[in-house]
Amino acid sequence: MNKGKKEHKNYIYGIYSHEDNFLNAIDAIRSNGVEIDDAYSPFPVHGIDEKLGLEETQLHTAGFVLGLTGTFTALGVITWISFINYPTIFGGKPFWGLPAFVPIIFELTILMAAVGMFFVYIKRNELFPGKIPLMVDERTTDDKFALAFGTDEMSSDAVEKIKGLLQTSGAEEVHTKSFE
Amino acid sequence: MSHVDSLIREPLILGKDKTYRKITDDIVRNTEGNPPREWWIAFAIAVLGLLLYVVAVSWTIFKGIGVWGLQKTVNWAWDITNFVWWVGIGHAGTLISAVLLLFRQKWRTGINRAAEAMTIFAVICAGQFPLIHMGRIWQGFFIFPYANTRGPLWVNFNSPLLWDVFAISTYFTVSLLFWYSGLMPDFATIRDRAKTKKRKFIYNVLSFGWRGTAKQWSRFESLSLILAGLSTPLVLSVHTIVSFDFATSVIPGWHTTIFPPYFVAGAIFSGFAMVQTLMLIARKVQKLEDYITIAHIESMNKVIVLTGSIVGIAYITELFIAWYSGYLYEQYAFYNRAFGDYYWAYWSMMTCNVLSPQLFWFKKFRRSIFVSFFMSIFVNIGMWFERFVIIVTSLHKDFLVSSWNYFSPTWVDIAIFIGSLGLFFTLFLLFARTFPVIAIAEVKSIFSSISEAAQEKERNKNKH
Repeated sequence: MNKGKKEHKNYIYGIYSHEDNFLNAIDAIRSNGVEIDDAYSPFPVHGIDEKLGLEETQLHTAGFVLGLTGTFTALGVITWISFINYPTIFGGKPFWGLPAFVPIIFELTILMAAVGMFFVYIKRNELFPGKIPLMVDERTTDDKFALAFGTDEMSSDAVEKIKGLLQTSGAEEVHTKSFE
Repeated sequence: MSHVDSLIREPLILGKDKTYRKITDDIVRNTEGNPPREWWIAFAIAVLGLLLYVVAVSWTIFKGIGVWGLQKTVNWAWDITNFVWWVGIGHAGTLISAVLLLFRQKWRTGINRAAEAMTIFAVICAGQFPLIHMGRIWQGFFIFPYANTRGPLWVNFNSPLLWDVFAISTYFTVSLLFWYSGLMPDFATIRDRAKTKKRKFIYNVLSFGWRGTAKQWSRFESLSLILAGLSTPLVLSVHTIVSFDFATSVIPGWHTTIFPPYFVAGAIFSGFAMVQTLMLIARKVQKLEDYITIAHIESMNKVIVLTGSIVGIAYITELFIAWYSGYLYEQYAFYNRAFGDYYWAYWSMMTCNVLSPQLFWFKKFRRSIFVSFFMSIFVNIGMWFERFVIIVTSLHKDFLVSSWNYFSPTWVDIAIFIGSLGLFFTLFLLFARTFPVIAIAEVKSIFSSISEAAQEKERNKNKH
């Protein structure tokens, strides 16, 4: 769910069976000035982000920053241990020999980037073990595509308009769903 | 990320009347209902192996590693052979999912889930060996650099054995996250078709409450792409570091600069062989022939013949460099490998790893299930011998002739190795019955584009 976007209690949604109809419907509905709240699909549909006008995710930036954190953590800790806290001679090698530190610095960079990104990912995607998902239709993880509109603050005319738009855009079924 | 499907290439998914629903059914069916009898038989055998493992490891911990066949000359043998062998097998999963994802190889979708699972289970097996070969496993935490009251006395950051600790634990963690982030949407698919409340609850917990909205998928794709980008150098670094355990020492036969690329190629080689073994069984038992097709098997065989040949060139380069070095001890180490006491291990390795995979230059053999299955077993035997040859033959005749010795395993050595196979297959069989063995969402995403290409092909046919 996008930042700042509120969850609704009542939704109206249309079901599509084919990816192409689903994508075309997004164009058709948005060209009427109606914004889509949620688009459900059983697999990642290519090109849907631009059609829905979604901003590009910043996950990769998080990954980069976290990776750098790993690099400097490893470098810092190893330097402190082997140069300041307890310098030890290993086979006459220098106390601070960067080449020997590269493998661990590299591994920690990858580890922090990957683990950090995973947590950012589940946080931003609102995933958590045991979380009850608010899904308009269970078939969307199998073979159906759905476009959903929150109707909490809509007049019945606006809801009727969306219903009409869904039907003309090729939706095979139009339903409503209420969450407790 | 649009792409063009070749009209000449074989389709990635076979079978008539495939729909999204049919794909879900075909894959999820294997996690529903009671397991077939064959599964119970295989599971019983695997659990017996696991029990053997528990007994042998407990005995080792109780008595000490003196119960192994080690002596003062050969002080590292099956323990570390098994470790390198299992880590090597664990390389194919990440390679298939990460490297093939970056190269946009669509055929990976049929096998990546199972290959990643195999990676994780193989690394679990590998991780046991450094711990149990310490002798005092209860002090295993000494390998981590933690603040302590012994000085503080820190770990040695110049040691490849410590690099290994970081490499293996990072590799395990990143592979697990990569695998699990891909599993969440598929668990949601199983959840939403579950009949009972209990099943729904369990799979919902596993799916982390996945919904499948456009924004979730967008982040999902971003995460998989970056994790693939991170895993690719990681997978190469892990076996490079494993090879440093030997290459940075001064033992003739170990002290070679060729080790990192040679170990990485060997790891991919053995990993693909293990994927091949598992997939050939899984596709048959779970009726997934439409998704893991002969074309998939052929592609894997191509990787096997390529990496097998790289390994072969590495063996020959090593021999050449030993001769060319003009260094007596290095020359003797290699002469001893081929014609010394362990000649049988060396020639088994050569036959299984270098000669037999050359059959795969012929298309007929690459596409034969029978040949592929036996070859995959051969390769894994050969790769076990490779590590055994490198480790034991370089040690058993050291610089002092009076300490020359011949290593023979005890029952504990053998039981631990066979037992680790039991551990691996127990985990894999549980996975095969409870998790989606094929990445459902990924297969669906290639399915839609394939069907368009097929339609196009049909139209072109009618024109002519």
